[in-house]
Amino acid sequence: MPGGLKRVIPQLVTLVFLVALVSLFFPTFLQVEYSGGRFVGPVIDVLKRGAPVALLAIGMTLVVATRGIDLSVGTVIAISGAVGAATIASGYGLVPALVTAIAAGLAAGLFNGILVAFIGIQPIVATLILMISGRGIAQLITEGRILTFNLPSFAFLGSGQVLGIPVPVWIWVLTAAFVILLVRRTALGLLIESIGVNRRASALAGVNARVLLIAVYMASGFCAALAGIIITADIRGADANNAGLWLELDAVLATVIGGNSLLGGRFSISAAVIGAMIIQTIDTGILLAGFPSEYNLVIKAVLVVIILVLQSPNIAGDLKFLKQNLFAGRAKPEARQEAGK
Amino acid sequence: MKNPRLYPLFATIAIFIVAYAICYIQFPFMLSTRVAGNLLTDNAYLGIVAVGMTVVILSGGIDLSVGSVIAFSGVFIAVLLRDTGLHPLVVFALLLAVTTAFGAAMGWLIYTLGMPAFIVTLAGMFLARGVAYMLTIDSVPIDNPFFDMLQGAYWLMPGKGRLTLIGIVMLIAFVIGHFVAHKTRFGANVFAIGGGQQTAALMGSKIGQTTVLIYAFSGFMAGLSGIVFAIYTGSGYPLATVGTELTAIATVVIGGTLLTGGAGYVFGTLFGVLTMGLIQTYIVFDGTLSSWWTKIAIGILLLLFIVLQKGLLKLTVERTAAP
Repeated sequence: MPGGLKRVIPQLVTLVFLVALVSLFFPTFLQVEYSGGRFVGPVIDVLKRGAPVALLAIGMTLVVATRGIDLSVGTVIAISGAVGAATIASGYGLVPALVTAIAAGLAAGLFNGILVAFIGIQPIVATLILMISGRGIAQLITEGRILTFNLPSFAFLGSGQVLGIPVPVWIWVLTAAFVILLVRRTALGLLIESIGVNRRASALAGVNARVLLIAVYMASGFCAALAGIIITADIRGADANNAGLWLELDAVLATVIGGNSLLGGRFSISAAVIGAMIIQTIDTGILLAGFPSEYNLVIKAVLVVIILVLQSPNIAGDLKFLKQNLFAGRAKPEARQEAGK
Repeated sequence: MKNPRLYPLFATIAIFIVAYAICYIQFPFMLSTRVAGNLLTDNAYLGIVAVGMTVVILSGGIDLSVGSVIAFSGVFIAVLLRDTGLHPLVVFALLLAVTTAFGAAMGWLIYTLGMPAFIVTLAGMFLARGVAYMLTIDSVPIDNPFFDMLQGAYWLMPGKGRLTLIGIVMLIAFVIGHFVAHKTRFGANVFAIGGGQQTAALMGSKIGQTTVLIYAFSGFMAGLSGIVFAIYTGSGYPLATVGTELTAIATVVIGGTLLTGGAGYVFGTLFGVLTMGLIQTYIVFDGTLSSWWTKIAIGILLLLFIVLQKGLLKLTVERTAAP
């Protein structure tokens, strides 16, 4: 465990720092009360509202680990939400709605995966196709309206509680735990990383890169479908235009905050999920602290730049040099030039 | 026709002509200068921003900030004209300076940090949209006599079609873009970087300087597009043109430019824009199709072109590999 914990320390420190900062402006931020059979408080709210991005971040991290990116997740949210709502509107129950919504997400992932793995299109372009046309498809399903429905068991997934904790929180925590166990207790995670480092080399070494790539995009589609179900259930309606709008960018951001390099290779799902919570803490914090929500985007932009600077391979070389120079005192002037390159 | 790289361009033009022919058969009125003039006017802002995007994509990069920059431009113009007594031309000059510097800063970050353009321009997207939001959260109407004159300016074509000022600006932007990308040393460097950064560096291209200039050019075009969009809508709204960056990328690809960089023509992008405009015009003419078919049609076109390019690229590689 210490190894795994060490990996997420920078993200945890950032989160603690942000929580302290928000508490400064809004002192009761950390208060959680138990009333009417459920926990209430800003922290629970962050955990619940962060559910869609946390779910997306799980799938996105796997995709990013293979050196890919999935821009279509926001649209897949809209599609699966629309499919689920349409199923209910046609008179079917909870299970058919869930099955069709998840099937839509998996189909979207399959489409992306085939474009990337078999036709060899760059991931950013392949997923762009679905990102653009998908909202059209979702609007086709809802016929351009906001498709509302009334099915308590489905709405429960968005606004219900189990043991006093909102259901969306259970969904993302359990999904994250399941995926982490799956990739870390088997060789799957290692194989995914090997594709990200060098796809051709790993294929030559006997890794079935194509099947794995498709599986990874389908996992991303699955996570997006879950997020779509939560969002649709929460508002009891499918909004093809606005459901999941811009969430793909938040998901990428969460993944990057989680220290996952967009160039593929080593990945950490727990760090990405904490990244999603960091984003939600910022969102909620700005709101609670009484700042206008307009500041939200600017603060996010500054945050991205700071993280970029810290992650940059060029800057990392400089930091390494500095460390060597200060602590070991061995680095010679020539080493500076090499480190700076 | 020895150059296989021209095939996507020819395919684009052919698709545009065939599509126009189909439209003409169904609605003969489509082939009038009125429709043609509106096609240019309605897509002027998209065309201008796509010129900048073409150069960025030719270098193998991507610029996600342009949609936000257009929205910022509109708000900037509207707020400055409302709150200060500056002449619109002065405001335009100020705006272009800001957006060009903004693009240059992103290019500098991309080069110095060695990070993917995708994530740097994503930060730029948040920033531009956020600053637009901080200026105002409402739609601000533009009320200025000089501005009204720009809005009303047009050249009456034969057949009573109106070639508006902003349509002309778009055509000029394409001419400038073509010159910059295909006739200058800077353009040669852009193609070199798109072909491979290390090769370009070994050839002696100044990678850093060129990268900064590429994104500065894109920022300039986004600013210009913002001016045109403000003239077109007569207002500034921070939530305008959401997702335009993706439409612009799609037009560039439909125009026959490879998204991997290093191959393509600015001229092709014009046909990409016109094809997209045509789809929309057809849907308006038809009246029974809903607007969301536009998105699906664009997605299908995009897929078609990428697969076509992949196939052509494979053919070229096989041909050059043959003895």
